[in-house]
Amino acid sequence: MDTPLLDPLRPHIARVRSTRREAPDVWTLELDADQAPPCGFAPGQFNMLTAFGVGEVPISFSGDPAEPGRVRHTVRAVGAVSSALTRLDCGAVLGVRGPFGTGWPLPEAVGRDVVLIAGGLGIAPLRPALYQLLAERARYGRLSLLYGTRGPRDILFRRELEAWRARADLTVEVTVDHATHPWHGHVGVVTTLIERARLDSDRTLALVCGPEVMMRFAAEALGAAGLAAEAIFLSLERNMHCGLGTCGHCQLGGLLVCRDGPVVRYDRVRDALRIREL
Amino acid sequence: MEQLEQIIAAHPLFAGLRPEYARLIGGCAHNVRFEPGQLLLRHGASADEFYLLRHGTVALVLTAAGRGALTVQTLGPGELLGVSWLVAPYRWMYDAQALETVGAIAIDAACLRAKSAADHDLGFELAQRFMGVLVRRLHAARLQLLDVYGTHR
Repeated sequence: MDTPLLDPLRPHIARVRSTRREAPDVWTLELDADQAPPCGFAPGQFNMLTAFGVGEVPISFSGDPAEPGRVRHTVRAVGAVSSALTRLDCGAVLGVRGPFGTGWPLPEAVGRDVVLIAGGLGIAPLRPALYQLLAERARYGRLSLLYGTRGPRDILFRRELEAWRARADLTVEVTVDHATHPWHGHVGVVTTLIERARLDSDRTLALVCGPEVMMRFAAEALGAAGLAAEAIFLSLERNMHCGLGTCGHCQLGGLLVCRDGPVVRYDRVRDALRIREL
Repeated sequence: MEQLEQIIAAHPLFAGLRPEYARLIGGCAHNVRFEPGQLLLRHGASADEFYLLRHGTVALVLTAAGRGALTVQTLGPGELLGVSWLVAPYRWMYDAQALETVGAIAIDAACLRAKSAADHDLGFELAQRFMGVLVRRLHAARLQLLDVYGTHR
């Protein structure tokens, strides 16, 4: 008997297996693998998560793609739906549709240096890419993670950052926009880390995720460091609804971000990102 | 002195500088070292010398009533510490504190200003280089001001 086609607009019911507070307003939810959609995902893709009775929002995968049984999403409480999601306890149910969208271009990165540039919650969609890059470490050149966030208490995935920082084959630099004592790390916007990173512009691929204005500045700084626009990839955020490129809510110029993104090569969106009305 | 000239010419701020200019700047320079916690610049003090950082990290700190000491920027090897010596009234606007052992080239500001006034080609060369640093820092400060990671409802 043929397996019935799944309706991509109909959410699966999933249960929260565990929750973890990453920062004052950021939580990682691990969903019950038996009830989450039975699929793998590419780093950079997202699911539509439903808080029943409140609404649905796009949230990127933040877990390890090599562990398809452990579906993780990291959510910041900013609106009604995301706030409701962060209030879910173990055993609570939510709706899940996906995975949707494009992933980070990791096949293109083979044999090259890779720099991941994360701003704030933007480290969450990059974490699966870093897991995969580290799992296949020998296939890539120099690996760097440059992570900027608001203040020391907003740093996400602290324990993993410490473990990654201890590796000899990965450079990890963290900066915060403002700090009070006793923080002894970098202070300054994430673009200052790009200037210091001394990237080999001919062989580096850049994966950038964060607030859009931060990505624009980061892309400019990467350009100033000599990287071509074709070597820079951004993860865009727009008003995604259907996830299928049908409803048009997430249109950005000629792109439907839920289908043609969220991961997009910079030269495809550079001009559109400069248009205020878009 | 020759070694100082070489160090100055190798610093990113002065990359590609003509040797005679490196020699002129070297005449205003000396080596310095600061221990962790030591102040390199003090808010309100006269901006008598600035630093080309060679190793270690320095925090620029502002003290605000009720908020304590706020670090607004850190600077590291290859960067310039101190720009208030460029314009009157030549006073530092922040404290700068060594977070670890810092090695730097200190450059006498009055000496360099006098040499720039006497040789406008040197002055123009320096102005271009310092302007690049200032513009990059202005862009960074504006991005910082946007508080892009904050919640904006």
